[in-house]
Amino acid sequence: MASSREIKRRIRSVKNVGQITRAMEMVAASKMRRAQRNVMATRPYADSMRNLIGELSNRSIGMGRKGTMLEVKPDTGKVALIVVTPDRGLAGSLSSNIFRRVGRFIIEQQQLGRTVDTYAYGKKGRDFLARTGQNLQAEAIKLGDAPKLEQILGVATAALSRVQTGEYCEVYLIYSEFVNTLVQRPNLKKLVPVEAPESSGGSRLDFTYEPSQEEILSELLPRYVETQIYQAILESIASFYSAQMVAMRNATKSAKDLVRDLTLSFNKARQAAITKEVSEISSGAAALADG
Amino acid sequence: MPIHLKIVTAEREVFADDVDMVSAPTREGRVGILPRHAPLLSILTSGELGIVKGGERTPFAVSGGFMQVLPTNIIILADTVERADEIDESRAETAVRLAEEQRASAKSEQDMALAEAKLRKEMVRLQVARIKEAGRRQGRS
Repeated sequence: MASSREIKRRIRSVKNVGQITRAMEMVAASKMRRAQRNVMATRPYADSMRNLIGELSNRSIGMGRKGTMLEVKPDTGKVALIVVTPDRGLAGSLSSNIFRRVGRFIIEQQQLGRTVDTYAYGKKGRDFLARTGQNLQAEAIKLGDAPKLEQILGVATAALSRVQTGEYCEVYLIYSEFVNTLVQRPNLKKLVPVEAPESSGGSRLDFTYEPSQEEILSELLPRYVETQIYQAILESIASFYSAQMVAMRNATKSAKDLVRDLTLSFNKARQAAITKEVSEISSGAAALADG
Repeated sequence: MPIHLKIVTAEREVFADDVDMVSAPTREGRVGILPRHAPLLSILTSGELGIVKGGERTPFAVSGGFMQVLPTNIIILADTVERADEIDESRAETAVRLAEEQRASAKSEQDMALAEAKLRKEMVRLQVARIKEAGRRQGRS
């Protein structure tokens, strides 16, 4: 059995760890709330844009879609995958769940005879894609807790420009969907070709288009895709903090359990030492009395 | 009869209120939208977005986006938008200078285009900030 001094030292260090994880839990909880608010704040823009696209795409079926991102292109044997992960760890299985989904996606595409070019948002994903040699084309890391749309455009534009040139026939996105505080799910989304959202209102308004319907659509679609990526990034940030909060809560609980167990064995060791001492003294006394 | 205006950016909702008139810089030129305007969809370019309510004009600097005019409301999807009184004039001046330097030192065509766009946006911000200043001075005298 370990000496009581060693146990005491371990108790102290486990307690310290518990304090740190508790602090991290609380920080993550408050950052998660802010991140959730940021996700909510993007909804009006995304909703309005979805309505607009729905409205416009319903009016341009067939030839009107040619050359836009609505057009379903023939298979070019090459697709792009955008992977959104957090920059940091200590968030349970969040990142590894995404990596598994990425791995599965790439294998599926290879079975279809396609190659996959990858683009990364977030350090964890960048490291994973670079380490496993997945044709990493561009990356954006350390975007912070509340990135601006401008900050994320670089990588998105790099991928989308190669759709315009006809290199990629499809663009996919894998990110961590924020379901609720306890559940974050890796989610695969097809970005290009854009699947036209249902036009909401049945209002058949006769719009004047300036400059023209096609031109507006071809400007709107890339913006729509960028907005989707932006939302995915914000959602990943919310996911990260909620996963970290849960992970840190579990760690705090484990630390507490461990302290309890260690305290028990410390008391046992202390008691054993006392018992031993008493028995030594009494046997010593008995030996003296015999002599 | 006022018209409801909503300005949103990808990050947040910036403005939502009933207004009397909106003057917007579209790619085809400046348009003024009064209530009961015909439905319109247009692309915005960088410039001053003026909102008139109760005879008072509030200038915003917008860098681009889309505008959807419906019978009872207007929705502006802006790339970036700032209220004139949120813009610090001296910092806007610095930003213009920086953008100019960036354009001067641009190496590739892509850098050049980026710097141009940035410069245009910063110039508009500065202009709009000055509109606000002028308005304030007039108000005082």
